[in-house]
Amino acid sequence: MRSNKKLMRLAAVAVILGAVGALGISYQPGIQPIARPAATSFDRRQVADGARLTAIGDCIVCHTVEGGKPYAGGRSLPTPFGTLYTTNITPDEATGIGSWSFEAFRRAMGKGVSQDGRHLYPALPYEHFTHVSDTDLRAIYAFLMMREAVHAEAPANDLIPPLGFRPLLAGWKLLFLRQGPIVADASKSADWNRGAYLVEGLGHCGGCHTPRNLAGGEEVSRAYGGGFAEGWVAPPLNGRNPSKEPWTAQSLFVYLRTGMEARHSVAAGPMGPVVRDLAAVQEEDVRAIATYIASRMTGTTSAVTSSEPVDRREAAAAQFPEAAALFAGACAGCHDRGAPMMGQGRPALANVTSIQLGAPDNVAQAILSGVVSPLDRRTPYMPAFGASLTDQQIAGLVNYLRARFSDRPAWQDVATRITDIRKSGEGR
Amino acid sequence: MTIELKVNGRSVSVHADPATPLLYVLRDDLALNGAKYGCGLGQCGACTVHVDGRPVFSCVTPVAAIGGRSVRTIEGLGTLDKPGILQAAFEQEQAAQCGYCIAGMIMRAQALLERNADPSEAEIRAYMRTNLCRCGTHMRILRAVKRAAIMLKDARTETGAVQ
Repeated sequence: MRSNKKLMRLAAVAVILGAVGALGISYQPGIQPIARPAATSFDRRQVADGARLTAIGDCIVCHTVEGGKPYAGGRSLPTPFGTLYTTNITPDEATGIGSWSFEAFRRAMGKGVSQDGRHLYPALPYEHFTHVSDTDLRAIYAFLMMREAVHAEAPANDLIPPLGFRPLLAGWKLLFLRQGPIVADASKSADWNRGAYLVEGLGHCGGCHTPRNLAGGEEVSRAYGGGFAEGWVAPPLNGRNPSKEPWTAQSLFVYLRTGMEARHSVAAGPMGPVVRDLAAVQEEDVRAIATYIASRMTGTTSAVTSSEPVDRREAAAAQFPEAAALFAGACAGCHDRGAPMMGQGRPALANVTSIQLGAPDNVAQAILSGVVSPLDRRTPYMPAFGASLTDQQIAGLVNYLRARFSDRPAWQDVATRITDIRKSGEGR
Repeated sequence: MTIELKVNGRSVSVHADPATPLLYVLRDDLALNGAKYGCGLGQCGACTVHVDGRPVFSCVTPVAAIGGRSVRTIEGLGTLDKPGILQAAFEQEQAAQCGYCIAGMIMRAQALLERNADPSEAEIRAYMRTNLCRCGTHMRILRAVKRAAIMLKDARTETGAVQ
């Protein structure tokens, strides 16, 4: 008993010491506010560079609410830990970052600490942004400081306790934040190295395409193994990518630059805004990103040996006769063999990556909500079928498509997943 | 096969292949010719009707998918003598030029106003995006939808005053 009590006391002391130590590590001083920098303090070329870099970082997507002013924040980000609201990064001094010095901006991007010393949630992907060079950070800072200042306070976050207590984030950073530049690989081309810098840093592709652990950190050992984003599957960007036609630097470039690649897919869901941004940056940077991603995708062998496209129309119809009739009435006009659309270089369903993935979400999303071109009608428009077909009917179609166009195992619990997507409002 | 449908509040029975587009059944079997065949690919909206109150492209909706759900077409909104509020608003704004898209436009707008009685201009534009007009009367169509929203509000106020 006595030794037990002693142990308890020791443990309590250890916990208190640990907490004090953690608070010590977690403490970050505020950085002196400044007057909003004058427009003349920035070089025009620097601002133009910043515009392109900000596009590669996709900053506008999270930091703009639907229908709102660019970069004024307020968009809700649902996470497994509750809902976060993005902040205003326009140069408004009261509610934005107008009073932030470059030092404060650099610390936020590289260490995830706000100007006032509060820790920022890793929804801001600083574990990637920490790799961005000072020159590029200065350009992004200049670009943001030249935006229209918008007075907009972000709504308060709504997180499960105790995650509203920000000092805890210091612990998260100890585990997942690896600071420092991306080390160049001299054995690889300049193009590849540029791609690695953009993908691992500003582009933060791993934010969606790498699976996350229970603490919300990216599982580095399974880098680019595929993840989830906003109700969509972010497909693997490593050797486990299940596309029928292997991706190459060229096909990735076409996909990222135009939003469609004839032997694979159309960019949809959260990938739409990425393509919209990449259509506006320098071509060399998109080529570099494609080169680097392509090299990661050929790293290991695919889980399936046969990669020839399949189209088992009769077998699938025998297995799912009702869905086959729905397909004939709702889908065949565009997607079946010989349909006019197929003569225009559109991806055939037998090639579409979504039908080969491990989960049915992307196929279900496309049917429920349709596919709207991120580039103002330069890629195909697919109407939504969420109002005309029931969950059971869509589930039937999804199962039929898998059986007809893939040699991978059937998906499980498709109807439940569709109901969930509809309920969550992720599909409309 | 024989398919039972509920259209504009009436129960009907038609003989059709299950994959037949709802649009063909409405026009060819039920003589409800308001909904139009435009592209046949769900890209233009001329065929828009409601299924359980939600707008669908009837050209890519297989008739077998309807089941027990109720279908409403423009004929269900009103008649020549007694037009519905949206029909009256479109007429007052002279929103039709050739008129081919109008039945679809009205059904789409009807679904919008049933969900949101007082939509902003941006909301109307966003919602009506799926429906195309090749004559270019979009501005009149927008005005007609806004007028219908005002007429609805007035109708509600009057009802309120009576009560």
